[in-house]
Amino acid sequence: MSVDIIFAIAVTIMTAATPLLIAAIGELVVERSGVLNLGVEGMMIIGAIAGFAGAQLMGSATAGILFAVGAGMLLSAFFALLVLVMAANQVATGLSITLLGLGLSGLIGNAYIGLPGLKLPKMDIPGLTDLPLIGNLLFGHDILVYASFALAFGVSWFLFKTRSGLILRAVGDNHSSAHAIGYPVLLVRFLAILFGGACAGLAGAYLSLSYTTQWIEGMSAGRGWIALALVVFASWRPMRAIAGAYLFGSVLILQFHAQALGIKVPTQLLSALPYIATILVLILISRNRRLIQSNTPACLGLPFVADK
Amino acid sequence: MPLTLERRVAPSKLMMFASPVIAIILTLIAGAIILLFLGKDPANGLYVFFVEPLTQAWSLEEILVKTIPLALIAAGLTICFTANVWNIGAEGQFILGAIAGATIPVLLPDLQGPHTLPLMMMLGFMGGMFFALIPALFKVRFGANEILTSLMLVYVAELILDYFVRGPWRDPAGLNFPKTIDFNEWASMPIIGADRLNIGLYIAIAVAFILLFFMGRTFQGFGIKLAGQAPKAAKFAGFSRDKTVYLVLALSGGLAGLAGIIEVAGPINQLRPAISPGYGFTAIIVAFLGRLNPVGALIAAFILSITYIGAENAQIFLKITNKITSVFQGILLFFVLACDTLIYYRLRLKARMNEVRS
Repeated sequence: MSVDIIFAIAVTIMTAATPLLIAAIGELVVERSGVLNLGVEGMMIIGAIAGFAGAQLMGSATAGILFAVGAGMLLSAFFALLVLVMAANQVATGLSITLLGLGLSGLIGNAYIGLPGLKLPKMDIPGLTDLPLIGNLLFGHDILVYASFALAFGVSWFLFKTRSGLILRAVGDNHSSAHAIGYPVLLVRFLAILFGGACAGLAGAYLSLSYTTQWIEGMSAGRGWIALALVVFASWRPMRAIAGAYLFGSVLILQFHAQALGIKVPTQLLSALPYIATILVLILISRNRRLIQSNTPACLGLPFVADK
Repeated sequence: MPLTLERRVAPSKLMMFASPVIAIILTLIAGAIILLFLGKDPANGLYVFFVEPLTQAWSLEEILVKTIPLALIAAGLTICFTANVWNIGAEGQFILGAIAGATIPVLLPDLQGPHTLPLMMMLGFMGGMFFALIPALFKVRFGANEILTSLMLVYVAELILDYFVRGPWRDPAGLNFPKTIDFNEWASMPIIGADRLNIGLYIAIAVAFILLFFMGRTFQGFGIKLAGQAPKAAKFAGFSRDKTVYLVLALSGGLAGLAGIIEVAGPINQLRPAISPGYGFTAIIVAFLGRLNPVGALIAAFILSITYIGAENAQIFLKITNKITSVFQGILLFFVLACDTLIYYRLRLKARMNEVRS
């Protein structure tokens, strides 16, 4: 196998990993604040259709991104209303958001099936993109690929190097103490949830504006759920999420290259690989209970109601 | 935050019964608004969607046909959720149950007699049960989150079914369509209605009441409730958390599998790439709307089933895509959860109270 092919595969892995990374970083912040939002899949697909429709409406793929982010945030605000104001069960509420997102995207997307979409512009840097081998690997991607890395580094810095990040983690680890000290637990969580919604929407926009430039019903295909597993894999650390996203991205891509590589197995088995890999990875990481226990936000999934 | 919650001294008995009703009313209002946005007459739309299906004998029967899988799956899920175990992969267990049960009519079509159907149902139950025991094992042995593993297995189950109906189990006389041979007479559910309603309805009703008894009147049922509400107390009382996880997942998976084989041996009568319009996920809503009570879930299954038939009506008469079903279902779950909070809490307007004081 020539070096060219390896680099070509590396570039496709990047396209598969980017939406996973963006969505996982968003959910990581949400979970660090002590909230489990299982609505990622729904917010992602609503981002995908909003991005696609927004791009059609405005005639610009970049404008579509704003629609996707807005739609993801809007859906996450409904989630926040229920789990924060109404102290509802987070698991069930997240599921309702996923169901709602899948349904709404189908309803809105009905008019867009089969339409040619717009593609995000590549950020070509003359000279650099033309460099042999690494030129295509490092340069000439669309803005969201770079944004995914910026998000991971930015969130890592925010969580572990800023005071606000410390407060967010405090709220996630012990909401009663954080409340007693005077931190606005629900406000912190609200902002974290909105950030998670924005990221999931952004990840969806990548799917419909870059990964495939058309609207396909159910095109998120479980990526939101894989992003949730990625957060566990990353043990709630943004840098590890990058590694995880590229690992899962490789598995997602494997199915397209397996036939080219001459691997003869039923196509269904290849399609099932990402999901089986997710389960295996979850097992492997969860076995290390000390790692999980020392990193899991202690109040993850618990509703908070201030005592009078 | 202008609205705050205030814990009630005791859970409100009134709200326990009123909350599902309020949730349904709120869903209808939200539905009317969505129809308005789609440029349809909301009153007529809601009528076509929710009332029309109840007015004709054939559609009433179809509602009952769809009530069977929803009620069976949801009955198991109520137990699971009560124990605070989150099996959201019932859709996959439904499919595996259908495949396991279908081995008899597909691979052993000559095995015909009064024992055929009971054998299929047993296999279906076991197929779903074993598929649900995978996340149970992973949770107990490795601490892997059952929400994610059970959900991932749904995709795997869909692909397994796809493999069988396109590969080894494809009907050789089926003009290359991805489907198995039709099930023979002995392998089909006996019909009790005019058209497609089968004895699965009796099974679903029986299961609901048996589980009600199991949860309310047996030691094991008490242990499951305790495991959900006070895990520490359950541990001190000697109830093994691991055993509870295995038990509730085996039970809910088995019932989902049973629903799967009843569906393919009933209305579908063969295996195809798609055998469920998302019953496994809708059943989650059914379980919550039924307030995690097996008999409540039976009633809730009938209500959710209306939305499937209503969507078919809406597609024909209002030219709306049937995707609106999952929109209504998502909104319904949303409101059910919101209203359930009112059982334990009162909503207060905080800001206004402060203003009065100052």
